[in-house]
Order: sequence, then structure tokens, then C-alpha cells
Amino acid sequence: MTTIKSQLIYDKTIIKDEWLTIELPKINVEVKKQAGKVVLFKLTGEEYPTEEQVNKAVFPSSGKILLHLKVLIKHQELLKNRIKNQDIGFWFATHEEIEDSLLLLGDINQFPLIAVNIEKFSDGRIFSRGKQLRIKYGFNKTLRAFGDVLRDQLFFLKRSGFNSYLIRKDRDAIDALKGLNDFSNPYQGALDTINPAWKRIKR
Amino acid sequence: MYKYDQIDQKLVDERVNQYSDQLHRYLNKELSDEEFRPLRLQNGLYIQRHAPMLRVAIPYGMLSSKQLRKLADIADKFDRGYGHFSTRQNIQFNWPKLENTPKILKELAEVEMHAIQTSGNCIRNITTDQFAGATPDEIIDPRYIAEIIRQWSTFHPEFALLPRKFKISVTGSAKDRALVQAHDIGLEFSKNTIGKMVIKVWVGGGLGRTPVIGSVIREELEWQHILTYCEAILRVYNLYGRRDNMYKARIKILVKALGIDEFRRLVEKEWAFIKDGPNTIDEKELNRVASFFTAPDYKKSKSINLDKFIDNKHFVKWLSRNTHSHKIKGYRSVTLSLKANHNAPGDATAKQMHAVAELADKYSFSELRVSHEQNLILADVEESQLYELWEQAKLYNLTTPNIGLLTDIICCPGGDFCSLANAKSIPIAESIQTLFDDMDYLHDIGDISLNISGCMNACGHHHVGHIGVLGVDKDGSEWYQVTLGGDQGNNASIGKVIGPSFSSEEMPIVVKKIIDVYVQQRHEGELFIDCVKRIGIEPFKSRVYGDEV
Ligand code: SF4
Repeated sequence: MTTIKSQLIYDKTIIKDEWLTIELPKINVEVKKQAGKVVLFKLTGEEYPTEEQVNKAVFPSSGKILLHLKVLIKHQELLKNRIKNQDIGFWFATHEEIEDSLLLLGDINQFPLIAVNIEKFSDGRIFSRGKQLRIKYGFNKTLRAFGDVLRDQLFFLKRSGFNSYLIRKDRDAIDALKGLNDFSNPYQGALDTINPAWKRIKR
Repeated sequence: MYKYDQIDQKLVDERVNQYSDQLHRYLNKELSDEEFRPLRLQNGLYIQRHAPMLRVAIPYGMLSSKQLRKLADIADKFDRGYGHFSTRQNIQFNWPKLENTPKILKELAEVEMHAIQTSGNCIRNITTDQFAGATPDEIIDPRYIAEIIRQWSTFHPEFALLPRKFKISVTGSAKDRALVQAHDIGLEFSKNTIGKMVIKVWVGGGLGRTPVIGSVIREELEWQHILTYCEAILRVYNLYGRRDNMYKARIKILVKALGIDEFRRLVEKEWAFIKDGPNTIDEKELNRVASFFTAPDYKKSKSINLDKFIDNKHFVKWLSRNTHSHKIKGYRSVTLSLKANHNAPGDATAKQMHAVAELADKYSFSELRVSHEQNLILADVEESQLYELWEQAKLYNLTTPNIGLLTDIICCPGGDFCSLANAKSIPIAESIQTLFDDMDYLHDIGDISLNISGCMNACGHHHVGHIGVLGVDKDGSEWYQVTLGGDQGNNASIGKVIGPSFSSEEMPIVVKKIIDVYVQQRHEGELFIDCVKRIGIEPFKSRVYGDEV
């Protein structure tokens, strides 16, 4: 077997990554404490990308690119043809609410790839994001996890609607593949195996 | 009792392999401390003061005699000959060696046991009423519901890494013995006016640093939807619960911040997408699981006249305190006390475990339960065999007739074992038990609960003790804060702090003074908690702090 030198797992195999992920520019912003009403994302204490970051993001004029959701929305008109060519995907981070943004995008399935960035492997919000994308927003194309993606979370990612995993740079993707098969017959219905054990098998 | 089929067994076996491999990679430095941490915790492994601590799951507190024997053997083989039954109806081993943990798990798997999700930020062991299936006030047997939830929550992919731990409790009785109002989700099963099984769903209760009594999110949920509804609650919590501050990460903080109405709105919105989905339970599955919890083969047994024992003061006391009425005539449920004086509350030696297994085989259909008060229960004992049982249990120091009395102390492992502790808790329990060793006096004081936690995490449930004791740290030394008026059950309430904290030497005297006030002020037949509720905490305060009027 020839092995491809790549950190990307798609489904159950290692493949080359054709996509270029466009990160947001790092800009130092003064942190303002906001008093008053409880806002959901404020509860979790994390910041959204600032307008300045979105405005200053630059990306190549051709090829398959993965843009932050906000950047995509800003340039949606300009990117019309590239979207049609299936050359544009988008990403967001686990703490970002995307419902309002999705309304501006139209059909979510015109994008061949959505990626969710996980900063810390222990951030389990990524699983709920996957689930929401699949069942609430009806996304049926490739769903990728990237960032702090490690072997011992893959089984759960797979069951939460993900089918693409970009393994953290310093880890072995071949080793990580094993994590997809930790359990052969889980109890509950999830997104890979829809039915719970008692419906799948005569118990 | 639930029996594993191939699916259950395979999962547990695969878990042993997965964990062994994870430990191997950790010892090989392929996993960092930080990366291994959630993995070991979700397998019940803590790194403690002296050695690792391994917490083994006892789902909803049910054990077979065979399983108990295995636990005893593990205590002998891998530990120092004893185990500690916790307030989560689990058992903890305090001295295993890290490299032995896979072996222990392998042995546990042989008797359908495991350590899955006994710690970490995930859905923990489901707890319920220790008298489930046997108590006369039961409307629905909560154990099969608990088993259905156990299966659903085991390795739930979406809720594997929550902001913080998540505890679910189920009750099906008129009197709530499962603390449903003090859980992240509390499920109260009953029948509605037309005889259909429905669930009152409580959310956002919990003890710990910020004790909160839960709010009702749904008055009457149809049982078919229990899993999808819990899923919706957990999704909202998983997404919006705080992850930046571990002390504010429990669901109760989120529910309080949003308000129950807004929280409910978010849950209902998520639920709309999964309601009636594949995880909806049906009659067939409910009956399949329920079939494991059918009544044992009760004999047609007559209530016996226990008057002939009237002269045996010890036995009569034990009968009144340590046995509980049963739904079947001629039977009673027996509580074996793990609260003998000079015994750390909840600790049992391997010898005692073997003895209890023996008693279970002989008198209670080879089954037993662990209560959250940290005692062991033989749920189905014939009245005619009570005396015999008592005599045998006495040989193993399991018959202290103090159930529900002052010395039936609920106590966490505290500073002797737990690395999070501010103060020791076991020696406090012991000094109180030593001061109150007159059984007649204890019986005269009557029903009272005294709960001790070694820190804010409240594993000893101190907030809901009639008397609560909390270890606090002041300038590096150990102090104890006392609360009064906490309560569990249907009238759950959180105790009030009476004032500045005490040293460990002062503690027994403080308790003594509190009891004195009660004895002087009580009305005929009035329980301690009712007296506190009636007269308030002032009279206790002034006696304890010496400023008597
Ligand atoms: S209450 Fe604190 S000291 Fe006691 S067991 Fe829990 S964490 Fe440890």
C-alpha cells in the first residue's frame, strides 16, 4: 500500500487536502467589557471575529478555498462563479452561532465543504455543531473537523455527522484512523448509524 | 436485574481494550497529561493524594451477590482490602496501581461491570431510589427507565465532552428518595389523571459551590420522548454552558443566567428537530428492558408477630430503624449500616462484602443495592428471617441501628484521600459518632441527617443535610462551616450558614449544642428538621456562639 503523506482523513482513508484554509488575520483588539443583557456567546466568554478581521482577510483568486463564514458572506457576490464551480467552502469556530449567517447564504448544499474549527480537543461543542448542521440545517456534503483534532475524539466526531478530519500536525494520521473503530456496536442512534441498537439488532 | 447481552458485553470489552491502549500511549508519552486526563477520568481514574483512585459504576445502585464478591476480590487483590461506597451509589478503590487498572477493568467486565463515565465532563451514573421495586409508595419502577437512560448515555457521541459533569436522577415514588431536585436533570415518573405514564422534568438543580434547587422545565412529558427531550436539554447546555470558568460551568448556572423560560424556549426549539426521531422509545423496547426488573419469586409469606422479640432491645431498635416497609405482605427491606462507630462512613472491608454477598444469597434473591446514604440494602427479606439475618450481620458489624439517625452520617472521602479537599471529613464524622454513642439517646433524638463535605464540590451533600458541615480553608488550616435546615426529598431546601466556622476540635461540641437546643425546644413528636423550620436558626446560633438570652 502506498501511503499518502497527508494529515487529512476522509471517511476511512487518508487523502490529499485539495483545500486551502484561509485563516482570519490576527489583529490586536482592545477587549471591551460589555455590561448589561446576557447574550449567549457572552456567556461562554469567547469573541467573534471582528469586522476589521473580516475586512482585512485576503485570499487567492483561484483554487479551492475554505473561507471563514463571515468573509464568505462579505464576498458572496464576487465569488458567485467560484461557488458554482464548487470551489468555495466555509468554516467557523465551535463557539460561533451561525443561524443568522446561514439565512444570508441561501442553499447550504451549494457548498461542497463546511469545516468546524476546534481550538482545544476537549471542546465538545463541535459534536453539537455537527449534529445541528446535519439535522437542523440539512447539510449533506463533506463536514470537516480541523484544529486540535486527535485520535481519541474521532469516534465521536464520526457519530456526530463529520466525515472528514484534519489531524493535528504533530500527530500520525495513520494511527488516528484506529480511533474510528473504537466500538463496533454503540447503543444509541446517531448520525452514522441512525437507529439505536435495539432497533438495529434483535435483542 | 439487568443482564448483559452480546451488545452490552462487547461494548464493555471494547472499552477495556480502548482504555488499555490509551494508558499504554500515555505511558509511552504519545499522549500528554492534559490529553490523557479526560480519557482516564471518563474511566473513573483520578490521580489522588496517595495513589490513583478508581471509581467503579454501580448503575442505579443495583448489584448482584456475584458482582459484590468480585468487588471484594478486587479490594483484596489490588487494594488494601476495602472499598468506599459513595453518594453516587458507586464504589471507589483508593489504592490501586496505575498499571493495574486495565487488569481491574478486565475483571470487572467478567461480571458485567465497568468504570465508564464515573467521572469527567460527561453524563454520569444514573441514580435512583434505593427501594425501587420494593417500596409500597412506588408508582413506576424507575430502574428500567434508568437502564434505558444508562444505555443511551453510554458513549453518547454528542455529549462526550460537556462543559462539566452531568448527573441524572430518576424516581417513580410519591416520596422522592433520589434527590431529583438536586440534579442536572431530575425525572419524576408518575401516572397522569388518565393513567398514562408521564414525567415531570426538573432541570438545573445541583449542589456544589452554588447549591440550587432545580426548576420544572416540563410538567408532563410523555415517556416515549424521554431520550430525545434529554438530548435537547443537553444540546443547549453543551453549546451554551460556560467553558471558561469551571466553577460556573454546570447547567444550573446556565439555567439561572437565561431564566427557565428562555432556557425552555431554546430546548423546545432543538427538540422540534429530533422529536419522534430514531431514539424515541416504543412500548416494545420499554417492555423488553422492564422484563429484567420483574418481581422476584416472593413466597406467600405471612406477616409475623415480632412481639416475641420485645425484650431484645437491640433487635427491636434495629427493626425500627434499619428495616423499611415492603409492598409485599410479610417482607421488609433491610439496610445494612456502613456507619458503625470508628468506621469511615461508606467504607466496607472485603470481608464485609463477602458476608453481605452471602446474606443476599440467603435472604434476598442474591441482589442488593447501594444507597446514596452510603449503606447497603437487602430489598426483599422475609419478615420471618429478619432475626436470623440480624444475628449474622451483627458478626460483621453491619447492624448499627442508626439508619436515619444522627450517626448515619453522609460523608465524602475528604482530605484523607481527595486532592481537591480543603479539610478532612472522616475524622469529623468519627468524633461526632464517638460523642453520640448512646443508642437510646440517638433514638430519642430521632430522624436527622448530618452530611459532611471536605470542600465546595459537595460530594457529601452537605447543603441538604439537616445539619451540614463543609470543610473550608482559612490561611492554610482546616475549618468547618455549619449549616442548618437543609432537606432532601419533596421539600428539598438548602441549609443556612449559622455563622463563622469552627476548628475540628470544636465540631462535636457544636453538634451537641445544636441537639440540646432541639431537645429543649421541640414539641411532642416534632422532628429535628420541623423544629428548625419552626423556630428558625437564631436559637441555635445563640447557643452555639455562646450569646444566650
Ligand atoms: S466534597 Fe470535595 S473533598 Fe469531598 S470528595 Fe468531593 S471533591 Fe473531594
